[in-house]
Amino acid sequence: MIAATGLVKRYLLGGQEVRALDGVDVHIGAGEMVAVRGPSGCGKSTLMNIIGCLDRPEAGSYRLDGEEVAGLDGDRLAGVRNRRIGFVFQTFNLLPRMSALDNVALPAHYGDLPDAGARARRALAQVGLDDRMHHQPNQLSGGQRQRVAIARALVMDPAIVLADEPTGALDSRTGEEILALFKQLNGQGRTIIMVTHDPAVAAHCPRQIHLRDGRVVEDG
Amino acid sequence: MRLSLVVGASLASLRANKLRSSLAMLGIIIGVAAVVSMVAIGAGAQAQVLERITAMGTDLLIIRPGQRGTGGVMSGTQQNLTLEDARALLDLPRVRQVTPVVQGMGQVKFLGRNTRVQVQGVALPYLPMRGFEVERGSAFSEAQVESSARVAVLGPVTAENLFGGAEPVGALVKVNGIGFTVVGVLKAKGDQGWFNPDDQVLVPYTVAMKQLFGLTRLREIDVQGAEGADLTQVQADVTRLLRRRHRQAEGSGDDFTIRNQAEMIETMSRVTRTFTLLLGSIAGISLLVGGIGIMNIMLVTVTERTREIGVRKAIGARNRDILRQFLVEAVVVSLLGGLVGAALGSATAWLISALGAFPARIEPTGVVLALGFSAAVGVFFGWYPARRAARLDPIEALRYE
Ligand SMILES: Nc1ncnc2c1ncn2[C@@H]1O[C@H](COP(=O)(O)OP(=O)(O)O)[C@@H](O)[C@H]1O
Ligand SMILES: [Mg+2]
Repeated sequence: MIAATGLVKRYLLGGQEVRALDGVDVHIGAGEMVAVRGPSGCGKSTLMNIIGCLDRPEAGSYRLDGEEVAGLDGDRLAGVRNRRIGFVFQTFNLLPRMSALDNVALPAHYGDLPDAGARARRALAQVGLDDRMHHQPNQLSGGQRQRVAIARALVMDPAIVLADEPTGALDSRTGEEILALFKQLNGQGRTIIMVTHDPAVAAHCPRQIHLRDGRVVEDG
Repeated sequence: MRLSLVVGASLASLRANKLRSSLAMLGIIIGVAAVVSMVAIGAGAQAQVLERITAMGTDLLIIRPGQRGTGGVMSGTQQNLTLEDARALLDLPRVRQVTPVVQGMGQVKFLGRNTRVQVQGVALPYLPMRGFEVERGSAFSEAQVESSARVAVLGPVTAENLFGGAEPVGALVKVNGIGFTVVGVLKAKGDQGWFNPDDQVLVPYTVAMKQLFGLTRLREIDVQGAEGADLTQVQADVTRLLRRRHRQAEGSGDDFTIRNQAEMIETMSRVTRTFTLLLGSIAGISLLVGGIGIMNIMLVTVTERTREIGVRKAIGARNRDILRQFLVEAVVVSLLGGLVGAALGSATAWLISALGAFPARIEPTGVVLALGFSAAVGVFFGWYPARRAARLDPIEALRYE
């Protein structure tokens, strides 16, 4: 499902070249639950952004379901992000002054689905927040906000859910609940890829890809 | 995404930043209010000017002696219009009525009172042709004109000046020392600005020429076209006849001038239309300044909401979705400003008119135009900030602190 080979991404930081990705090969099949781990700055987020079609590699190939992503224009990439991938961020990234329901419905509105509201309700029920759907983000706890964000990632029923440090801003007990939710989603057949610098969190995943200085040092 | 959702979202985001939104709107409000009130004043002035011209009659040709001189050097007015000219004009088939006009200043006295006014010597048709009506008494008769009777019709202001509240009709006044019987008083027409038709004395031209001023030539001949006749055609007939009577050589310039009321109306409406346009465009500049205000606020908004833009892109918004969102927001601001401004401008115009300073006339098309223009300003000045938002790189936007 995900087939990336020889991914390279470099940045210039104060005149010095940083190789955020330095020839990364990653193959992930449908229904897997994978942790991408490694120390801070090793390129985890960069890899995740490329897999999530938010960013493009400078070199290398990335095929999603057999399709070369490099050949897609901006609108097609937006379509891929909208329908095939759900993104969960460390800091939730919910839009303020908008109810949980409206936040969750947003991808469905961008996808021009007529049943956006009903879908959003179902997604919120799936993460156990149907009783809070009219609350705004600032009226919710951290764990609840992350659940709303997960519901938003699920509303288009994507095959892949990407999560960049999803428990990074949560206390460990709430983090456990979120991890349990991801496991449950994986149990429904969704592919889950989760970035974490925390070995304990990574341990929840059957497969772990270990990055260091932009290279895969361990996969399995 | 449905447009109604986008509009709803922009209203919500405007509400979240009330002070800033109102400041952004202020420029547009002032601009539109200025345009609407200025155009209302222009249109009011136009209506007033036209009304004044039409009050003088719309099917009139006014013939005056030409300027003497050649090569652009004018040297006084020729005295070449005669009573015979006037009689000959009346025989033209496309002419309905003709009146000779002579003019002079008269010192008019009644008992102790005394006023200096313009005295017009005219024939009977002068009154209907120039749109005068007699309010009290009557006009002088054909027979009185024929017999050089010393009768006068007073303008209402003149009558008021001489008689105060007393009855003028039947009274004997002295004009330049000659006794005249007042037979009537005109109905007020209102001051025309350059000349007040309510402050004058009308007498038969016969008595004016022979006794009052000792004139043999006319100051003016007024011609009214026949019912349904094309005034330009009448003008051509008149010109041909007068040139023949004055024995003017082929190719020489006319020794008289003809003012065509229909053309006059045309010219004046063009002038006032230009005036309205000018006022409107000057006010329009303030609308542009308002647009720059919107652009400024939208740029700030886009910067402030960089992260939100990143999130929207991450969940599937295309560039054009983002573009549309910010463009709609700019247009909503400018349209709301436009609505408030149109209301304010109409109120201002109404107030100006009510206070009697200017005859403002609120034009619905002007209001619609101003609203359309303000929406266009929103699109124009919202475009650049919206495009900037749309082109943000999603990763950069998400990393923005
Ligand atoms: N936009 C950027 N500009 C400059 N350097 C960047 C940028 N994004 C990432 N980097 C650098 O690339 C490296 C990898 O970053 P990242 O993938 O965010 O690491 P991780 O998520 O593993 O902490 C880091 O050294 C980081 O400083
Ligand atoms: Mg990271």
